[in-house]
Amino acid sequence: MIVNNRCFNVCFIFRPFRVPILTGCHSSIPLWWASLCDKKILNQPLEKPDFFRVAELFSLKDLFDARVHLGHKKGCRHRLMEPYLYGCRLDHDIIDLDQTMEHLQLALNFTAHIAYRGGIILFVSRRRQFGHLVETTAKDCGEYAHTRYWQGGLLTNANIQYGPGVRLPDLIIFLSTLNNVFQQHVGIRDAAKMNIPTVGVVDSNCNPSLVTYPVPGNDDTPAAVELYCRLFKMTINRAKDRRKQMELLHGLSADARERRHV
Amino acid sequence: NLAAAGPEKFTLEYIQKQVEEYEIGKRHLANMMGEDSENFTQEDIDLFDFIYLFFLLKQICFYFQHPDEIFPKQRAVQWGADGRPFHFLFYTGKQSYYSLMHDLYGKILKIEKHQDRLRAKGLFSQDAQLISLGPSRWLTKEELELLLVETISTHDYDRFIKLMERMLAMPYSSTEEEFVQRYRRQLEAQSMKQMMPPLEKDENGVAFSTAEGRRKTSDSSVILRDCGSGHITINGQDYLQYFPVLQDREQLMFPLQFMGVLGRFNLECTVSGGGRSSQAGALRLAISRALLSFLSEGDGEAMRQAGLLTPDPRVRERKKPGQEGARRKFTWKKR
Repeated sequence: MIVNNRCFNVCFIFRPFRVPILTGCHSSIPLWWASLCDKKILNQPLEKPDFFRVAELFSLKDLFDARVHLGHKKGCRHRLMEPYLYGCRLDHDIIDLDQTMEHLQLALNFTAHIAYRGGIILFVSRRRQFGHLVETTAKDCGEYAHTRYWQGGLLTNANIQYGPGVRLPDLIIFLSTLNNVFQQHVGIRDAAKMNIPTVGVVDSNCNPSLVTYPVPGNDDTPAAVELYCRLFKMTINRAKDRRKQMELLHGLSADARERRHV
Repeated sequence: NLAAAGPEKFTLEYIQKQVEEYEIGKRHLANMMGEDSENFTQEDIDLFDFIYLFFLLKQICFYFQHPDEIFPKQRAVQWGADGRPFHFLFYTGKQSYYSLMHDLYGKILKIEKHQDRLRAKGLFSQDAQLISLGPSRWLTKEELELLLVETISTHDYDRFIKLMERMLAMPYSSTEEEFVQRYRRQLEAQSMKQMMPPLEKDENGVAFSTAEGRRKTSDSSVILRDCGSGHITINGQDYLQYFPVLQDREQLMFPLQFMGVLGRFNLECTVSGGGRSSQAGALRLAISRALLSFLSEGDGEAMRQAGLLTPDPRVRERKKPGQEGARRKFTWKKR
């Protein structure tokens, strides 16, 4: 069950991971201690609302300077985006940055938790202007990107497309939910079909309904997209570093971790 | 789309087993021949005939080559034990192709940044340092597929070539020359010069040259000696005996008569296969080629223009089923 809530202090419920946590642990550590450490590592971030302190990464001024509040013209407005808009000035829609702040904090927090648990994150954007930037961001985080033509069965027909036994992404981040013909990206619908949570930057002409963690904001300006890429990269790196620290802290050495994955 | 290629035909263990067997067989062969088993290379193996190998190794081996050259290249499993794929573009489906495009675009951006820095300093010049590629061509689509170990469409290939051309058209692209050369193949330099046989001298100091010629199914070999007499020997016999028909002898003499050196050379010819006319044609071609080394460039060009140096490509066309001959159809009956 995925809960999409606006209130910041409530705990989240994730979809169950397919990553086996304890498989063939042949280390000298007793199994009960290893399982206890694992539970501690996994449950500790859930105790605090903002364990990774993602709220410190950006401020409202940063969003404003990056022109995140600029939407499209009134004629392009999507009906379901009306709650997220602050207003309209000379036919240009202005997105409410207070709401954007909340949504972005939720989204970054969720991404951080996914990255902490070793989930696969896929960055998707069909804008040619930012394709290279998105791919470099994904490479720097150690995650995956797809900024090319989306073949039909990539998620829904994965066993035939990639080979049997493939692991699908655990989170998909859309830096632009539209494709090149201004229709909703197929990936949103496919992710919803495959029970994969999505984080999406929705502009004033996009449909936010199927996106799990929508982030109302501008997806056309280079400054805004660079800001998003920077924020996601920082959260993911932070979460991964935190995970390494926690593992060292709870007495599990590196080779025990590898044996755990084998 | 991996499934379109079919299931993985040869597992990794099978190929490794084949490699081990190949190595053992190679050492076995080297020991049998008394050669050095450590430095026995594929070239030494290629010298052996198929039948000889059969008697030596007591088994039929059609391909005595390294398994990497026999079995097609395949993709190993793309993800690790925890399920995470190795390549960051794995989920696109065509990871090698898209990563190539990504790198190429990265290089274009780097060149543009370099240009901006030079413009800021005021050192930018439009006509600087375009890459010199020489006589080369782009990789064909099939060669690119082999290189990337995955199938790409014509559209993808065209986009790749366009992007490469765009990069080459930018000034200051010479920094990426090595990257570009990886995707170009050298063309064989088409020389306009004729291949002439070398001029040798035998013990008596007489200059001679040897050449070969073919026509239909006849093969001939001619030794042209600069003696001063006009003797011609074909397969040991005199040419009058071998070619009783005037037409054949005319064919033989034509190159010498064309160049005006009728009485100068001695011809020692051997010819086999075909009929009398094709043997005469083969000899004519061989004589013309042998004559090239005794003549100047201009004379050689004149011979080429006359068509003496062109091998005749006409061979007997096969008979087709449903027809009486190669072209003749059976008699058509209206009813």
